[in-house]
Amino acid sequence: MSAQVRAVAGSGVPLLAVEGLAKVYPTGKKALGGVDVVIDRPQLVAVIGSSGAGKSTFIRCINRLVEPTAGSVRLNGEDIVALDRKGLRAARRRIGMIFQEYNLVERLSVMQNLLSGRLGYVGLFAALRYRFPPEDIQAAFALLDRVGLDGYHDQRADALSGGQRQRVGIARALMQRPELLLLDEPTASLDPKTSRQIMRLVRELVAERQTPAIINIHDVALARAHADRIIGMKDGLIVFDAEASALTDAALTRIYGEEDWSRPQDADDEPAPAAAAPGSLSLIS
Amino acid sequence: MTAHQQPPRGSAPMRGYPDQWERYSPRERFVRWLWLAGIAIAAAWSVSALDIEWAFFADAHEQAADLIERMWPPRWSYFPRIVQPLIETLHIATLGTMIAIVFALPVAFLAARNTTWNQGTWLIGRGMLVLSRSINTVIWGLVFVAIFGPGPVAGICAVAARSVGFIAKLVAEAIEEVDAGQIEAVEATGASTLQVYGVAILPQILPVLIGTSIYRWDINVRESSVLGFVGAGGIGLLLYASINQFAWSQAIVILIAILGIVIISEALSAYVRSRIV
Ligand SMILES: Nc1ncnc2c1ncn2[C@@H]1O[C@H](COP(=O)(O)OP(=O)(O)O)[C@@H](O)[C@H]1O
Ligand SMILES: [Mg+2]
Repeated sequence: MSAQVRAVAGSGVPLLAVEGLAKVYPTGKKALGGVDVVIDRPQLVAVIGSSGAGKSTFIRCINRLVEPTAGSVRLNGEDIVALDRKGLRAARRRIGMIFQEYNLVERLSVMQNLLSGRLGYVGLFAALRYRFPPEDIQAAFALLDRVGLDGYHDQRADALSGGQRQRVGIARALMQRPELLLLDEPTASLDPKTSRQIMRLVRELVAERQTPAIINIHDVALARAHADRIIGMKDGLIVFDAEASALTDAALTRIYGEEDWSRPQDADDEPAPAAAAPGSLSLIS
Repeated sequence: MTAHQQPPRGSAPMRGYPDQWERYSPRERFVRWLWLAGIAIAAAWSVSALDIEWAFFADAHEQAADLIERMWPPRWSYFPRIVQPLIETLHIATLGTMIAIVFALPVAFLAARNTTWNQGTWLIGRGMLVLSRSINTVIWGLVFVAIFGPGPVAGICAVAARSVGFIAKLVAEAIEEVDAGQIEAVEATGASTLQVYGVAILPQILPVLIGTSIYRWDINVRESSVLGFVGAGGIGLLLYASINQFAWSQAIVILIAILGIVIISEALSAYVRSRIV
């Protein structure tokens, strides 16, 4: 429950403080033009914007999968941008990432994929033989149950459906016991119903584990329905940042331009996957 | 079919659409003829340069018939003598392949653009590939016989030396084609570089590694059967001796045995490779 303590203690240091974050790609493309974001409590932050607005660049600069050109990213006070390779690896252990294409190691089993979330804590040879501490194994089984994949541990990742793979992706990220979750279009490859289920799962997990999450998403309706806070990006800059209910039509026009951004809001009433087994949760966080 | 559905013929064709089409432009056709002419010239040049003694062709069929006559019937009583060298041949191929795999993996990671450290290490990796591949197994055999003296050790080293490049080249290509997303995801968990190689890349290239190794093993069974010609162990030594002594009925026994082993190893290799998913 350390995350909760951090949040409650509120020593004044925000969970995440991004300042002046900028990225110019080698092609000369200025993808991120100085972005400031502060997250001071566990919340689900949706980043919306047109394709090419810089959402992925923003999220990838936070864990430096993309090397930022300027700015700082402070996670609980520590500036990730200033870290050397070794320090960066240590910081990445504290940040869970979830991808549009799931990015599971396809030929490995679900359990092996989950355990890869703990690689930062074991040596090379333990990793190659998949020798992990018992508490990691236990946490993995509990998490699988939590994301609704109880009993799937020996399935190969490439035998799963898209929705199931994304659940494994989420579980792998949570195996890290992250202080921050980054999600880059996690529902863009899924059908609408599965997308809503995944979004609901993410929202619940953010609340349960008191972990802030930044989620890139191009579906405005989904963002509105599930996020606590919405950041709108356009041409590498933040043009909107407020709680979800404040996202007005005028704001959407500012983010997307004059195009027709409105889309019918789908009914959102599928039951959440595998309701939380309360007993199993204490094992994890 | 009513008449007006048919396109009018003769008088007023479908105007505007071309009714002629050629795959190649005249220029392209000319270039193709140039290529053909070039190949013909190259062939003619080779034949004239080789100083082929055409007279030998005249009685070639008689010589072949004579050879078969001297080979037949095979001296089956010779077979027990060749069992041990045959097994040695298989061992040379198998051990040589295994040693090659051990060396091929790091070489492959060096020679793949996406896993090598820098331009320098990439060149080293590529250099090893070229060196290993450009020298024939029998030549490698000569080299290692000079180093270790005659015997199977030289054969094993020769097989390994030639196979490292073969296996590493195909594995390096597989490494360059792995899904970058899977690597990125494991990197994002804070794994070390070697952990990323082991956990995210190795599973992706494993089918290629296994398939290539088994394929190379069956090539090596064939190649190690002639390594004895240069003293590097195996059945080739006896084959060479039999041919030198004109003991053709012995040679045919050896050839049949080699054929059998090659067929079995090829079938085995094909079967195992077909089972890899
Ligand atoms: N690796 C790259 N090299 C050059 N330009 C890039 C690269 N990645 C993204 N870009 C460019 O940066 C801009 C922002 O891209 P991205 O962050 O992927 O936007 P989004 O995720 O909002 O669609 C786009 O114009 C894109 O073409
Ligand atoms: Mg994107």
